[in-house]
Amino acid sequence: MLKIENLHVRVDDTPILKGISLDIKPGEVHAIMGPNGSGKSTLSHVLAGRAGYEVTAGTVSYLGRSLLEMKPEERAREGVFLAFQYPVEIAGVSNIYLLKAALNAIRKHKGLSEVDAMDFLKLVKEKIKAVNLDEQFLYRGVNEGFSGGEKKRNEILQMAVLEPRLCILDETDSGLDIDALRLVAEGVNSLRSPDRSFILVTHYQRLLNYIKPDCVHVLAYGRIVKSGDASLALELEKKGYGWVDQLVSVGA
Amino acid sequence: MSPAQHYVEHYRTLALPGRHLPWLRRLREEAQSRFSEAGFPSPREEEWKYTNVSALEKKLFVPSVGTPTAVADTSALARLRLEDAWSLVFVDGIYSAEHSVTDGLPEGVIATSLANALERYPDRIEGLFNQAVPQDAHGFIAFTIAYFRDGAFVHLPPGKILDKPLQVIHFSTRPDGLSVARNLVALEQNAEATVVETYAGTGDLSYLTASVTEISVGENAGLEHYKLQSETVKGYHFGGIYAREARSARFRQHHLAFGGLLARTEIHAHLGLGAECELDGLFLATGRRHLDTQTLIHHRAPCGTSRETYRGIAADRARGVFSGRIVVHPDAQKTDAEMSNRNLLLSEDAEIDSKPQLEIHADDVKCAHGVTVGQLDPEAVFYLESRGVDEPTARNMLTFAFANEMVEKIRPSSLNRLVQDELLSSLPQSDIRKDWL
Repeated sequence: MLKIENLHVRVDDTPILKGISLDIKPGEVHAIMGPNGSGKSTLSHVLAGRAGYEVTAGTVSYLGRSLLEMKPEERAREGVFLAFQYPVEIAGVSNIYLLKAALNAIRKHKGLSEVDAMDFLKLVKEKIKAVNLDEQFLYRGVNEGFSGGEKKRNEILQMAVLEPRLCILDETDSGLDIDALRLVAEGVNSLRSPDRSFILVTHYQRLLNYIKPDCVHVLAYGRIVKSGDASLALELEKKGYGWVDQLVSVGA
Repeated sequence: MSPAQHYVEHYRTLALPGRHLPWLRRLREEAQSRFSEAGFPSPREEEWKYTNVSALEKKLFVPSVGTPTAVADTSALARLRLEDAWSLVFVDGIYSAEHSVTDGLPEGVIATSLANALERYPDRIEGLFNQAVPQDAHGFIAFTIAYFRDGAFVHLPPGKILDKPLQVIHFSTRPDGLSVARNLVALEQNAEATVVETYAGTGDLSYLTASVTEISVGENAGLEHYKLQSETVKGYHFGGIYAREARSARFRQHHLAFGGLLARTEIHAHLGLGAECELDGLFLATGRRHLDTQTLIHHRAPCGTSRETYRGIAADRARGVFSGRIVVHPDAQKTDAEMSNRNLLLSEDAEIDSKPQLEIHADDVKCAHGVTVGQLDPEAVFYLESRGVDEPTARNMLTFAFANEMVEKIRPSSLNRLVQDELLSSLPQSDIRKDWL
C-alpha cells in the first residue's frame, strides 16, 4: 500500500526527518509513537501534501505511484486521508457541503456519477450517528465552534463517509476524554478492512488500548529508532520516552 | 465646455419635476450654481482621497428625454425582481408604471414616483426633502438636487406595517445614459417596513447613475433597508443613503456591492434618543472595479446603540475602500457603538483601504472597533485540498464562506437567494454548487 524509503524532509533549513523507511501493507495498522518534536506530525503532513516541507531525499510509493509527485487533492482522491491534529474551522462552509464536495470529487475521479442527494443524506445521517454527533452539526460551519472532541469526531465522520484506502490519524487522541477516545477508536475499528491501512500517529499508548496495531514504530530525532509489535507500545509506556534517548545513544 | 457646463446646458431644456414649487426651484438653483462652481468632488477632498472620479469628467453622460423607455431585455429585469414584493421600477431614471407593482398596499401607505408625489403631496415632500443629507453637501449631492428626474416616494402613516418587502429598482438601458434620482422613505411612528433598493443595467453598457435616498424613521418605527448595487462592469454609480432616526427608532441597513466600474455609496445615520442602528455591508470587487463605501453614524442623543459589520473582498486588479466613522456627540451619553471591518485580498494586485474613525465627545460611552485586512488562510485551503477539493475551488469556497456570512444576514428569503446568485456569479472561476448549499 505505502512504501516510504529513506525519506529526508527539511522545513526552512532545519532537517526534520532524517531517513524514514516504512512498509505498510494493505489492512495493516501502524502506530508511530514518539516524543514531541520527533517529526511525527511532519511525516503526516508530508504524506498528505502540505506545502512548506522540502523533501531532500527518499521516495514514497503509494499503490505503486509516486505519492510525492501528486497534488494534495489528487492524493485525497486516490484515497489518502489525513485526520488533522488541529482541524481548521471554516465558518460559512457547512459541514454537509464539504462532505458532499469531497465525496463527489472522489467519485468523479473514479469515473462515478454524482451521489444521489437522498442516498447521500441517508449515508451521512447513518455515519454521524456512529460518531455520536447530533445531526445539526451537519449544517454548521465546518468545525465552527466545535469543542476539541467534536472536531476529532468530525474528522472520523469525514473518514467514514469518504472511505479512504490509507488513513493517517495525526494525534487524533490528543485532548480527548475517555468516552470520545472510545468513539474515535470504534470509528477506526469499524473501518478496518483487508484493503484499508492506517497510520496512527500518537504520543500516548492509551489509544492503542482500543485500536490494536500490527506494528509500532518509535520515532525520535527524525529517525525510526525501534520497531516492533503491539507490545512495544506497552514497553514504551512503562519505560517512558527517556528510554528512547538510551536507544538513540546506543544506536549512535 | 466643462462637464458642469455640459450638464447645465443639457438640463436647461429638460422639464424637471416640481417646477411649480418655489421652494424646490430655489433649492435646485442653489445646487446648480454650487455644482457649476465645484463640479464633481476631487481627490483633494479628504473624504474622496481614495476615489478619483475624474474619469467621469472625461465622459459626458446624457439624460433620457420624454417617456420611459420600454425595457427590451425583460429577463434581466425579471431576474432582479423579488418574489412576493411590491415594486417601484425606474428605467433610465424615470418611473415605469408598467414594470411596477403596487396593488394591495395597505390603505394609507404611499408608494409612488417622486415626480408624481410632487404634484400630489408637495407639502409632505417639502418637509422631508433635503432634510437628511449633510449640510456641507459635496458635488454629487448638489448634482442630484439640481437634476433629479424622479425617484421613489414611500410613506407609511403611524402604525402601518408592510408585511412584504417593497423593492425599488433602478435599471439602466441606454449607452452613456444618465439617471439622477432622489428617493424619499418616511416611516411615521410605530410603522415598520422593509425596502430593497436594486441597481443594475443592461449587458455591459457604460452609464452613470446618481441616486440619493433620504430616510426618516419615526418614533419607535423600524426600517429594514437593503441596497444591492449590481451595476454593469462599465457602469458608474454614486449612491447616498442618509437616515434620520427619531426616539427609539430602529434602522437596519445592509449594503451589498458587486457591480460597477467605479461605484461609491455613502451611508449616514443620525440617531435620536435610544435609537438603534445596524449597518451591515459586503463588497466584492473583481476585475478593475473600484468600490467605495463610506459610512457615518452620528450618535446625537443619549442611549443610542449602533452595530456596524462590514466585509470587503478585492480580487484581480480591483480596489476597495471602506471608511467607517462614528461620531458620539457631547449629549450622547450611554452610547453603545461597535464597528467591525474585515477584508480579504485575493490577489497581489488588489488593494483595500480601510479607515475606521471614532470621534467621541461624551465620557460615559462604550465604543469599540476592529479592522483586519488579510488573505485566505493557507491552512484552510490545505484542509479543503486534503479532502479532494482542488485549489481554485477551495479558494472559492473560502471566499464564498467569508462573504456568505454577510449574505446570511439578509432576512427576506427571495433577496437572500438573489444576492447569493450575484455573489456566486461575481466570484472568479466559481465552482460552488448552489444546489448543495
